[in-house]
Formats: sequence, structure tokens, C-alpha cells
Amino acid sequence: MVELKNLSTGNYTPDWCPGCGDYIILNALKRAIVKLNLNPNQVVVVSGIGCSSKLPQWINTFGYHGVHGRGLPVGTGIKIANKKLHVIVIGGDGDIYGEGMNHFIQSLRKNIDITLLVHDNQIYGLTKGQTSPTSMHGDKSVTSQIGNFDEPVNPIALAVAQKTSFIARSFAGDLEHLTNTIADAVSFKGFSFVDMFQPCVTFNKHNTYDWFKERVYDLQKKGYKPNNLERAFKKSIEFGDKIPIGVFFKEKKELYEETHPVLKKTPLVKQSLKNISIKKLMEEFC
Amino acid sequence: MAIDINKLSWLVGGEAGYGIMTAGQKFARAMILGGLNVFTHVEYPSLIRGGHNSFGVRVEERELTCPILLYNLVAALNKDTIIRHKNFVTAGGGIIYDANEVNIDECSIRYDIRLYNVPLMEILKSIKGAIKIMRNSVLLGASIAVLDYDFDYLAEAIRGVNSKKKKGSKIAELNVRAAKKGYDYVKKNYLSDFEVKLKKKTRKKRMLLTGNQAIGLGAIKAGCKFLSAYPMTPASSIMNYYAKKELDSEVVMKQADDEISAINMALGASYAGVRSMTSTSGGGLALMSETISLLGMTEVPLVIVNVQRPGPSTGLPTRQGQGDLKFVLNIGHGEFPRIVIAPGDVEECFYETFNAFNFAEKYQLPVFIVSDKHLAVSYKSIPKFNTSHLKIDRGLLLSDEEAANLKDYKRFMITENGVSPRAIPGQKCMFRSSSDEHNEYGEICEKGDNKILQEDKRFRKLKTAEKEIPLPKLYGPKKADLTIISWGSTKGAILEAMDYLESDGIKANFLHFVYVFPFHSEYVREFLKNSKNVVDVEENKSAQLAGIISEFTGFKIEKKVLKYNGRTFYPSEIYDELKGVYNG
Repeated sequence: MVELKNLSTGNYTPDWCPGCGDYIILNALKRAIVKLNLNPNQVVVVSGIGCSSKLPQWINTFGYHGVHGRGLPVGTGIKIANKKLHVIVIGGDGDIYGEGMNHFIQSLRKNIDITLLVHDNQIYGLTKGQTSPTSMHGDKSVTSQIGNFDEPVNPIALAVAQKTSFIARSFAGDLEHLTNTIADAVSFKGFSFVDMFQPCVTFNKHNTYDWFKERVYDLQKKGYKPNNLERAFKKSIEFGDKIPIGVFFKEKKELYEETHPVLKKTPLVKQSLKNISIKKLMEEFC
Repeated sequence: MAIDINKLSWLVGGEAGYGIMTAGQKFARAMILGGLNVFTHVEYPSLIRGGHNSFGVRVEERELTCPILLYNLVAALNKDTIIRHKNFVTAGGGIIYDANEVNIDECSIRYDIRLYNVPLMEILKSIKGAIKIMRNSVLLGASIAVLDYDFDYLAEAIRGVNSKKKKGSKIAELNVRAAKKGYDYVKKNYLSDFEVKLKKKTRKKRMLLTGNQAIGLGAIKAGCKFLSAYPMTPASSIMNYYAKKELDSEVVMKQADDEISAINMALGASYAGVRSMTSTSGGGLALMSETISLLGMTEVPLVIVNVQRPGPSTGLPTRQGQGDLKFVLNIGHGEFPRIVIAPGDVEECFYETFNAFNFAEKYQLPVFIVSDKHLAVSYKSIPKFNTSHLKIDRGLLLSDEEAANLKDYKRFMITENGVSPRAIPGQKCMFRSSSDEHNEYGEICEKGDNKILQEDKRFRKLKTAEKEIPLPKLYGPKKADLTIISWGSTKGAILEAMDYLESDGIKANFLHFVYVFPFHSEYVREFLKNSKNVVDVEENKSAQLAGIISEFTGFKIEKKVLKYNGRTFYPSEIYDELKGVYNG
């Protein structure tokens, strides 16, 4: 049995600001791994760049901390190489919805069994307070002194538009909901995506814990069933006095790695490289 | 008039979309079936229909290394082909054309060129079911007749030699009939007195292969199980080949959303223990730059193929150039080790791609294969590769058992030769990798002394690798009147130019760089110091290799032969220039 302590990195501890939502997300991820009883050496946490992307450093699994916005293609490559692994890609709103937006949308349409967890704090933290793709219209920041002219990205609606197989949102102010949502996403067979509200206590003075607590409500507690795309879209554009969290949509689809004739047989990494013959291939050129 | 036997330069040309490439390949195959050797040369613009395509086939009994400037026989589908190529027809050479399509009087053809009017469409109309695109087959048949070659080889080539069936498909049979009618028409209406005749020799088993196909074959042989790439001319045929071989060879080709995605997927797969590759051309490589630096920092092995085309920017997408050498040597921010390999011919494309995977894993770094359009699309007839000596070496990759028995695993352990034992996810020794500077465990570490330790360790891999990286290859005598320096695909034309020089009594040698980096400074410095009349030959504007040699050896090469019009060197051009240098 895996316990929380097995996932600890000992004296090597996070350097996030006190009160940062990232601590709660790290905690929830560890709890989800314990809840699912995953062997830590079968888990790879992959990330890009940003405060949240440092997370793989502080969980005792395999971790790959790459470059800004590119966690998803790295995670995709890892899964193609070894489909037995649990691949969890971490990123912030700047990382996934800004620098990595192309990979985000493209990953939504590839059904590969990896999990994407986005720490969405609507601000750039590590570079100290610039406007992000999810910053609200009119919000001021060091780079939007007049106020943000742009509409924020709606990641849930984008995922719904691509009929992504698992679409959810959670909130760092609710450890239990976060833990359960992450566990559901990781155990789901297919591409799973969780947008996570994660208040930045240092730079985002608008979207605070209190601001979210007044607004978020759990879809599932209201009896919402995540099995209808049109209903999911309607819920995905709800963002104001009331903001839904929970699972918006869920549908099993054919998995790339279980459909591709080469990948479905055995993990690529387990294929033998001994005695590869190209006799037949050379004959084709004769 | 003297008649040449088995020494031919032939070209078929026409509008893109009318089967020029297919015709050229079938002609080349027909030559091989009669025991002759070929080298082909393709020119095409960056579009799908229209524009001018040409496919040249050079034929001899010996193995060939390059195309030549002049053609004995041009098979023209349209007027444009005649206008473009008439000045490159040998004195006494010929042009096959269709007078119903081309008003030859408007083409101002030299009087020494022989004209063969073959009514392509009329001939096709006499064959039930034949369609316009089969004009290329009529031209092929007519060409074979002019050259007095055995028609059966062409028929066999059209039907497809791999076909077990005696008869080809219905389409193939129509094409054979079209070709035969073209053949008969020429035999009936023209004398067999052309300046070149082709005679069959003993048939030998030969592959007809391009550089890109050889790279694909080399990668499959090396156990590269995963290729991710984004389409870009002239690299796309590598990913196309991999896609075609997915089931046969049990490999996976994933078309990525862009080049950034392509290299990051390949990185992910390699990090997870699968030999992986990505392939692109200059602009796509530029997009990969940040991740190439990441490979260096996290010590993930990867083979990256850059099939050059002339830049800057979109440049000449379908043409030839060697403008990316310095780019590849320096791509990626910061400093990290890499290996740069520039194969010079189809054979080297195969063997060096195989070697690249061993080097990548032994030294845990990015290895570049720098090819170009000329290598990528030129077919060469060669014997099958000898693969008996090829051994896969995965370096310090840990087995599951070794990994499980390790205590206190340090993925980035400081070692004398710079290489650290490499575990992969799923094994029982977890570690973290970071694009940030890190300590031996892979934990982020900003201490100054650690930065020096890790950077020095990474660079020691280069020193270690240098010991087994082959020296530049010397062709010709050790002492010569003239020394040629070059790299990559110019090799073929240079070797032939050396033959011409030898006929003039000029002794030349040629130092060819296949492995450009790590650079063997001492060897190259000594060699150049002891050479006279050193000439740098490259297909770029700024003599990039000469610049690199100057940087690493202090030796300045003053004489340069540079071509950068988007076309590959012909041996005669190199010969003329070198002769000028020799004569002062």
C-alpha cells in the first residue's frame, strides 16, 4: 500500500509563497495517488515552466520538468513509449492556455490516456504579476495598467467543443473535492482534463479564496449528469455570480494506444531491439 | 560519328502533375534491370500542379556519384521543357517531343540536335482505356527505342519488379502498351543511329534508393521505434516512409501538430526509454531550438534530422543548399554538447543514421543528421547494405534489475567521462529531471559551484565522444597538388571532378567532413598546414565550413568555390573552378 509519506521528498520542500493554492493541489495529488494505490514508480509527473510547473520536484514519483508550455507533447511521448505508466501533466494557465495553447487544443482531440491538471490562478506568478490568458476582462496587472482588454480563455468550453473524454473543474479551496476529482481524472481511461482554480495570494487580489468560495458550487451536488455535450456547454459558459465545479462531461472513446496495432500489443519500450532485420525492406527497393 | 555505349544522361520533363517523377523512376529501374547503374537528379517547384518538373537519369556501367550538366536525350512533355533544357543538350543529342503539342519552329533548336517527333496523344487514342497521363509511358518507350535498349526491361520496370504476378495491374498493362507503341513508332520512323546506345550487362541486384529512404532504413535498423515529425519539404518523405512501415517494422510514426510538439513528443518517448527521432528542415528546426537546449540540459538522447533547403526563411523550398551548418552547430540557447553528422551519399545516410542512435544513447545528448534536398530526393543504384557489423549500443541505460538494485540513485552523477547511468520511468529508481540547473539527483540547485560541476560534467561527454568520433575522411593521395575541403552531399560531384583533374595530370585530394562536431582540431590543423592549394567547396554563400575550420584551427582557407543558386554542383563546375585555382 502506498502511503502519503512514500510520496514525500523529505527535506527538499516546495518554495511557493505561504498560502499558495499550489500546496493544496500538491497535497490533493498525493492523496489521489494514495487513494488509487498507484505505485509511485509507475507515475510520471510532467510539467512546463511556472510556479505550478515546479510541482514534479516535490513529489516522490518520476518527474520531468521541461520548458514553458510543452508538458503535453512530452507527456504524450512518454505514454506512447510506455502505456503502462500513469502520466500526469501539470501546468499553469500561462503555460497551458498561453504558451502551450496549441498543444492544449491538439491534445483535447487525441484520445491518449493521460491526465492534464491546470493550476488556473488567472495571473503570471513566477514572472511577478502579468496578465494571463484567463485574467478577467478589465482586470489590472503590471502589464495591463489600463485594464485587460481581452476576453479570458474559456478552457472548459474549448474542451467541450472538442468532445474531450473527461472534462472537470475543481478548486484549491476544497481539498476533498480536489482530491476526488484528480483521482477520478487519473483513473479515467482516456484523456482527462481538470481546470483547477488556484488563488495566487501574492499577485491576484481579485480572484481570491473568498471570491471563489462565494461563487463556486458543485455540479454533482446539484444532480448534474456529465453525459450531455450541449448541457456541458451551457454549464461551461457559466462564470459570474455562480461558477460550477465538478465533472462537466465524461465519455469513453477509443484509446489511441489501445487502437494503434503496434502500441496495443505491448508497450513500445518493451519491444526487443535484438536482431532487427531489414532484409525485406531492402528487397522492396530492389 | 562515334557512338557512346552505356554512357547516358537522359531527362524527362513536363508540367507538375503529369507523372514526371514516376516516369523517371521507371526509366531508372529499367536501367538497373539491364545491369546498369544510375544516379538521378530531380528539380521541381514548390507547388502541386503546373510549373516545371524534371527528372534526370544518368546511366553508366560503373557506380555513379552525381548528376552532370548536359543531357544526351531530353524527353519533353511540353514546350516549356524544350525551352528550359535545349541549351543543355549535348552536340549530337536529341529531343523527343509531340509536334501536335509543340510548334518546334518557335523553339529555336540548334542544328546539331536531333528531333524525334512522337504523336503522344494520337498513340494513346489507339489504345482502349488509355488516358492522357500515360503520355509519360509513350515517352519512355520512345526513349528506349532511340537508345536501342531492350524494351522488356522497361516493361518489367513499369509492371513493378516486386510484383509476383507475371502480369501487372490493368493500369500497368495499359502503360506497357502505351510504351510499346511509343517504342514501335520510333523504330518505324527513325534510324537507329543515335549518339548513345545502351547495352545490357549482367544483371546485379541493386537497390534504387534516396537519402531520405536510407535515413528511414537506418533508423529502423537502429531500433528507432518512434518518429514524430511535422511535414516540411524536403524532409517529409522520411516521416512518410516511417508511416508506411509502421506495421511491417513495428514502429510508430506520430504526425505532430507542429515541430515544437514533434520534438517534445520524441523527447518524451526517448526519456521513457524508446529510441526516437524527429525530422524536419531549417524552419522547423528553428522552432525546435528551445527543446534542443532542453535535451542538452536534461541529457535525453535524441536523433534530429535536418534536411536542408536554401533559406533564409521559406527560401527555395524544393531546391538545394547547405546553409544550415553553423545553425546546427549552434542551435539552442546556452551551452551544451552535441554531435553533428553530415552524410555525403545514400550509403552514409544509412550507416550514419544507424551510428547516430548509438552515439545519442552512449553520450545522452542530441545528435544531428544534416542532410539536404540533393541527398533527400536523388536516387542512386547501390548494392544492398551490409548490416552484419551493425551493433546496437545503448550505453549506460540501466536494465530493470540493475535499477532495482541501486541505492541512492543519482541520475546526473558527476563522473570522469561525463556519462551518468540512465534509468527510465517505470524502473525502481525514481528520479527527477529539470530544465533548471540541477544537482546530481536532478533537484533544482542554483549554487554556483554546482553549476560548474554539472556543466563541466556535460561537456566532458564531448571529450569522451571525440575519442571514437571518426576523423574527416581523406580521398586521394596524402600529398597532392590541390586539396579540396568540403562536407555533406557535395562529395559525389567532387569525387568526379577529381577524376577529371587526374585526366589532366593534376593530383588532387579531398578531405570530406562527415563528422563535423566534435571537431578534430589537431588533425585538421596538421593536415591543412601540410597541404598546398587548399580550396573550400560548399553550397552556401558564406563558406560556413571554412569559418568553422578557422575557428577551431586558426587556419584560414583563402580559396573558395561556392554555389548558392539553389541547385547542386555539377562536377564540371567544380573542375573548371579548381583548374582555375591550380593554374593561378
